Amino acid sequence: MRLVANHLTLERGGRRLFADLSFEVAAGEAVIVTGPNGAGKSSLLRGLAGFLPFAQGAARLEGGAAEATSEEQLHYLGHADSLKAALTAAENLTFWAELLGGGSVPVAAALARFGLPHVADFPVRALSAGQKRRVALARLLVAPRPLWLLDEPTTALDAASQAAFADVMREHLSGGGIVIAATHAPLGLDGARSLRLGGARVVEDER
Amino acid sequence: MSALGAVFLREWRVARRIGGGASVGAVFFLILVTMMPFALGPDLRLLAKLGPAILWIAALLSTLLGLDRLFQADSEDGSLDLLAHAAPPLEAIVLVKCAAHWATSILPLVVAAPLFGLMLAMDGPALGLTTLTLAVGTPALTMIGAIGAALTASLRRGGLLMAVLVLPLSIPVLIFGVSAASAASGGFAPFLTPFAVLAAISLFTMAAAPFAAAAAIRLTRE
Repeated sequence: MRLVANHLTLERGGRRLFADLSFEVAAGEAVIVTGPNGAGKSSLLRGLAGFLPFAQGAARLEGGAAEATSEEQLHYLGHADSLKAALTAAENLTFWAELLGGGSVPVAAALARFGLPHVADFPVRALSAGQKRRVALARLLVAPRPLWLLDEPTTALDAASQAAFADVMREHLSGGGIVIAATHAPLGLDGARSLRLGGARVVEDER
Repeated sequence: MSALGAVFLREWRVARRIGGGASVGAVFFLILVTMMPFALGPDLRLLAKLGPAILWIAALLSTLLGLDRLFQADSEDGSLDLLAHAAPPLEAIVLVKCAAHWATSILPLVVAAPLFGLMLAMDGPALGLTTLTLAVGTPALTMIGAIGAALTASLRRGGLLMAVLVLPLSIPVLIFGVSAASAASGGFAPFLTPFAVLAAISLFTMAAAPFAAAAAIRLTRE
């Protein structure tokens, strides 16, 4: 499986964010998207997730499950946590597992991975920002999907949770997954490629 | 559990918990109906004659309450994006969300309608017909409202705009609903003809509105 992006051009509100951006990501690879505020990092991820149309070019997932659309093979984790405040952490995760297609990781195990077994039955409204974020990250585990598009995934996480999340990402990569993350903070992934979006002009892809 | 069953259960739980607002519609309905005798005066014959229309207008306004949050809440917390990434098509998810909204917020109102109708001095047959037409007609109101809710999902204060968009489209439902409900209390038409049209409108909106609402969600998404 690999993600191939060809000559992507993206415009928001009449402003060109980047043009002619091409890259390929193979299974087991991680790409960190960096750049100043407003360079189009979030828009690139939303474009890859299928929420924003590219002005030119296209991105496609090759070699995945034959019958699934590319939108059914990716996880998008944006700034919002996609959790219902009135439901408990376990109810939220059970819902996403059933809707997105649950795998072998039970909800309780996913919460334990992020150090949250004790809050499983608390309504999400009672959790702290970091705990909500960890519940949102646990969604990546309960519904297995190969491509992870992560927008500032470590916001509000403490050091221990960042390390736990780095472990989860390494496991995903070693299992043949792909991670594309936009972030300002280091994610603790060795050997991750960097894709730098620069102020609507310079686009470089360095190892 | 199937994916769509999970959507229904989630909507049901969110609506029934604190702040979900499932019973607000029924309470608003009660208040509207209670205020009518104060406004119209204690003329029992007049109240009984207007009863079906009053119940229908009150139901129409109560249906709007809470519908604006149908997609807006999901849009704000990011869930709406992910619903589009599920295996079931967005159209099916929209239909299930509407069904859950109707069951939690509108059905209590329909069940309470004969009770509230007593305050308008309506007799047995009129109460029965009005309740029956409400049960058949409110799904159409919900589905038409879902289109407006989808169009305004990403807007702040979209609820007012939604009401302006949806109320004119609800006029056919109101005409045939009140016409059928009034058949027992000296209406202009026999019962069956307007009732059949009302049922047809309900079925048509159930079939067509999910496509319109899903298209609106895709269009307004950024």
